Amino acid sequence: MHELGITQNIVAIVSEQAKGAPVKRVTLEIGKLSAIMPDAIRFCFDICAQDTILEGSTLEIIETEGRGKCRHCGHEIALYQPFGQCDRCNSFELEIIQGQELQIKEMEVEELCV
Amino acid sequence: MCVTCGCSDGNEVTLTNIDTGKTTDINGHHTHTLADGTVISHGHDHEHDHSHHHHNHAHDHAKMHGTTISLEEKILQKNNLIAAENRGYFKGRNILALNLVSSPGSGKTTLLTRTINDLKERLKINVIEGDQETVNDAQKIKETGCKVVQINTGTGCHLEAAMVEKGYNELNPEPNSILMIENVGNLVCPALFDLGETAKVAILSVTEGEDKPIKYPHMFRESKVMILTKTDLLPYVQFDVEKCLDYAKQVNPQLEIFQVSSVTGEGLSSWYNWLENCF
Repeated sequence: MHELGITQNIVAIVSEQAKGAPVKRVTLEIGKLSAIMPDAIRFCFDICAQDTILEGSTLEIIETEGRGKCRHCGHEIALYQPFGQCDRCNSFELEIIQGQELQIKEMEVEELCV
Repeated sequence: MCVTCGCSDGNEVTLTNIDTGKTTDINGHHTHTLADGTVISHGHDHEHDHSHHHHNHAHDHAKMHGTTISLEEKILQKNNLIAAENRGYFKGRNILALNLVSSPGSGKTTLLTRTINDLKERLKINVIEGDQETVNDAQKIKETGCKVVQINTGTGCHLEAAMVEKGYNELNPEPNSILMIENVGNLVCPALFDLGETAKVAILSVTEGEDKPIKYPHMFRESKVMILTKTDLLPYVQFDVEKCLDYAKQVNPQLEIFQVSSVTGEGLSSWYNWLENCF
């Protein structure tokens, strides 16, 4: 269950970056081949956000599809697991070009009046 | 909570020097309180500097663009930064750092002690042992006469770059040597955490299922080497070696595979050759 630790990371990074401003929304980008379960992150988020400036904020998760590119013929295919076979030349040598993202894309904070 | 580590609250990570018997708490967490009362824990000096840099960055954006702040920050970035430092340390000293990953009970420690004993005269090997609890494995390694430290992750299910950094600082490995990092027995989480190693070595025993490579594809894809252990037991178990190798090659066509028995010594010479050719 590494998602709990990952969610704690997310809350900590956002808390630092928000510099005290209450956070309304956090948007994550999680690739479908990243070994992270978005549902588990959602489950942990509210608990981890308690008593922080993220409490009550909305969690948005953009899930990117997995895509691989054949190293032999350059053909691109959809991937549903972190390996696969090229449907044009049958090679297993695929480079994963999308779907391993694991990042905090943006956050929305309440207006800072300086 | 810790910014760096993927571990739960109250988790105590310890480092034990087997020679001196001294155990230190290496969580190194210190907390500080932001203006609004938010408490943040840090596990590492470097990340501290790093976050402050980003602080200002985010702050400027906040003033310029209003309320939505683009972060584009990788969630595991802090671990990756420390891993990059570790990689530099290993490269500068020509240390071959191997991250040994497997399920519990695959024969990692047995393979390791046999390898150390067989190569004693030819290669200098140091070991960082990772387990949730006990210093048993480190004791076994120590009996071979090599330098070893034990990291106990408590409830944590994997080693992280910062723990390895503390580990080699304590070990002080010689230049032109091998550093074996025995990760916590787990085929899931360690795949996500770069330690700065030269290569991950996945270990699978014939007493497990032959479909492990496709069941845990992340780990086998991340690994450069796979070692199939306990081959002396093949006559007694239902394990289809060909099928296993097929699965492994599907997940990772570049995977270098060795089939060994740490008991009879069968197949070990090609593994040893691989190690020596890394220098």
